[in-house]
Amino acid sequence: MEIAFTAEEQAFQDDVRRFLARELPADIRDKVYNARHLDRDEYVRWQKILHAKGWGAPAWPVEFGGPGWSAIQQHIFDEEMALAGAPRTVPFGPKMVAPVIMKFGSPEQQKRFLPRIIAMDDWWCQGYSEAGSGSDLASLKTRAVRDGDHYIVSGQKTWTTLAQYANWIFCLVRTRPDGKAQAGISFLLIDMKTPGVSVHPIITLDGAHEVNETWFDDVRVPVSNLVGEENKGWTYAKFLLGHERTNIAGIGASKRELQRLKKIASTETRNGKPLLDDPHFASRVAQVEIDLMALEVTNLRVLSAERSRRDPGAVSSILKIKGSEIQQTISELAMLAAGPYALADVRQARDAGGAQGLLGPAHATPLAATYFNLRKTTIYGGSNEIQRNIIAHMILGL
Amino acid sequence: MDFEFTEDQNLLAETVQKFMAARYGSESRRAAHKTPGTWSRDVWRTLAEMGIVGLLVPAEQGGIDGGPVETMLVMNAFGAGMLLEPYWSSAVFATALLRRLGGPAAAKLLASLAVGEHLAAVAHAEPGARYDDRVQTLARKAAGGWTLSGAKSVVIGGGAADTLLVTARVQGGDGVSVFAIPRTAEGVRLREYPTIDWRGAADVTLEDVRVKSEALLGGEGAAQKPLDDAQDVALAALCADAVGSMKAALEATGKYLQTREQFGQPIGKFQALQHRMADMLIHFEQAKSMAYLAAMQCEAPDAGERRKAMSAAKVVIGQSGRYIAQQAVQLHGGMGMADELDVSHYFRRLTAHELTLGDTDHHLEKFAAATR
Ligand SMILES: Cc1cc2nc3c(=O)[nH]c(=O)nc-3n(C[C@H](O)[C@H](O)[C@H](O)COP(=O)(O)OP(=O)(O)OC[C@H]3O[C@@H](n4cnc5c(N)ncnc54)[C@H](O)[C@@H]3O)c2cc1C
Repeated sequence: MEIAFTAEEQAFQDDVRRFLARELPADIRDKVYNARHLDRDEYVRWQKILHAKGWGAPAWPVEFGGPGWSAIQQHIFDEEMALAGAPRTVPFGPKMVAPVIMKFGSPEQQKRFLPRIIAMDDWWCQGYSEAGSGSDLASLKTRAVRDGDHYIVSGQKTWTTLAQYANWIFCLVRTRPDGKAQAGISFLLIDMKTPGVSVHPIITLDGAHEVNETWFDDVRVPVSNLVGEENKGWTYAKFLLGHERTNIAGIGASKRELQRLKKIASTETRNGKPLLDDPHFASRVAQVEIDLMALEVTNLRVLSAERSRRDPGAVSSILKIKGSEIQQTISELAMLAAGPYALADVRQARDAGGAQGLLGPAHATPLAATYFNLRKTTIYGGSNEIQRNIIAHMILGL
Repeated sequence: MDFEFTEDQNLLAETVQKFMAARYGSESRRAAHKTPGTWSRDVWRTLAEMGIVGLLVPAEQGGIDGGPVETMLVMNAFGAGMLLEPYWSSAVFATALLRRLGGPAAAKLLASLAVGEHLAAVAHAEPGARYDDRVQTLARKAAGGWTLSGAKSVVIGGGAADTLLVTARVQGGDGVSVFAIPRTAEGVRLREYPTIDWRGAADVTLEDVRVKSEALLGGEGAAQKPLDDAQDVALAALCADAVGSMKAALEATGKYLQTREQFGQPIGKFQALQHRMADMLIHFEQAKSMAYLAAMQCEAPDAGERRKAMSAAKVVIGQSGRYIAQQAVQLHGGMGMADELDVSHYFRRLTAHELTLGDTDHHLEKFAAATR
């Protein structure tokens, strides 16, 4: 047993740090540090910098352009990125659809899509959920009917994150209406510029436009865009769900946000002292930091088990549950730290042209919005209730 | 001891509930949110005609001389319907303060508040003071009146107010005084913005603002007690508003669990969610009890007992409100995140209430100090 990184791992970490110090654009970093929304171009600009270095897709095998890193190296990379204030990787292309295309796609699909994913020439989004099918995803109804060399797709997907930026969507569609629900689903890649595709914004709790409804009205999709075999889509989707284990806990980002929380709490005062010196508040900050430490070690144990090729099983559910709860707690404490100033919906006021020169500190402005936004983390990606069901069934055998 | 309401009180509650159901749907809220200041003068006039705006105004000034229980019932309904109009800030907080300050100038203001022509807001909290009563705004005696300078932050309802009730210290004197300052007075600058729950607020700066001597309400340096008393009335009202929102969020979630189906059954059949709803209900009942206690104690003469009850109420309301808001969103799944549904707005409002008049930590500390 040894908790410290090896000399090589440390050298790798230094490498990553040097790269980030040199290459991460200050304007992007400042936005990330202040929890402001990035626009499409900012995500793309950063991805292109990573790609030029050969680090565009840390988890990909070398044959597809990955750097060939170990799980520990990927973990180090993710964490350094987050701490430095690099944008989060938009997961839908490199982390979601790419592994499916690598494993189940045709060589033509691999050649066509993978290079454009790593260079972020395409922006992908995920078309799984429907109004009637969230936790019970297998009940999905969007239909794809074969018509010669095409499928004709009709139905509605919802909650599609950043579909307003996307030009491709990977969808689960029903290709066989009868029989067992899971056995009639296919995995289809759809060009969003095809006639019949439309994207409709959904405004969320925090007042932001991050998700959408994506409608398909008799959309003609070439059969060559089917991944793998017809009616095997559920298997691929499950593969995808189990695939992305590293970084599901968001430890790097939580460490960064914890630092920000401490900074805010050391400038805010309570009873004439920095809030961070207030025993009650300090112990709450300490508690979440301790939870995060424990989660980090749990995460390293999972990575280590993967290295020795033992199946970590449903443990990713543990990482998801604790990781999301920690993110939420940190954002909640940061909002409470700002006190009454967190009441101002300043983004809105700024839109209306009048928020200059408010009396509160600048850090107060996005804190409530961030707290609101992160309520999503216990809902999406398999809600925490569903994750607990998985633990009960798969680990505990109940 | 008696937890029943009188016939008149029940009638009042029904009247306001009916008004909210008939006139204050989600669409009118959204429309109000889009207008500058996020409130509607039409709604305000109607509430004034109904006598609701003058609920706490004495009969001599044209009000109906109601008390904390009436206020609680009205605020329950406003919390459930998420009224955006500055009722709490003007008709409760500012009105309660004016009543307690007394004097002819305050009486005149009360009379104009009661008819709904005029609005007021208490401008007390200052930048950097967090939730503490720290007043640095300065009033200097000048020929025929006063000159005020200072800053007030996050004045709820400040944008809608015609008159700001500004707390200040008189130069060379002790204690806190309250000055009635017209928003249009020279040297007053308001920066208006919506709060996270869509109501209106403002940051206010005062630069050598000159007012007449009558602007001083109550005695010089004698406003601390009236202010404390009015804050407790306002705190009780805030608790009642929060309880209204909690109840509505609970009901909406219960309904959703019965109608939303996944895996071929209503999600309310899943025991994990049943237990969560049960915990939400327990939180709600505890919160409702404390809102009752706050209403019954907010005017109690024993300052120590009152402090204990009021801070305890705010703690329970803060914690219950947060639990219910978070779980209501969670149990709605993705729909809980949608602006389109009321749950996301209950979430916003309950969060805002926790950050108003002292958060949970602030009142835990006050409670501990009062019980040491
Ligand atoms: C911000 C955001 C972004 C998203 N992005 C995407 C995206 O890009 N692409 C995409 O396809 N989807 C996306 N989603 C959808 C997300 O995956 C679903 O919201 C999620 O699967 C839950 O489904 P639902 O919303 O239908 O809730 P429901 O499934 O209706 O769940 C409602 C409640 O019931 C609980 N519940 C359901 N079943 C059970 C059970 N068996 N036992 C106990 N409790 C249960 C849930 O945990 C939840 O609390 C996103 C969602 C959000 C909020």
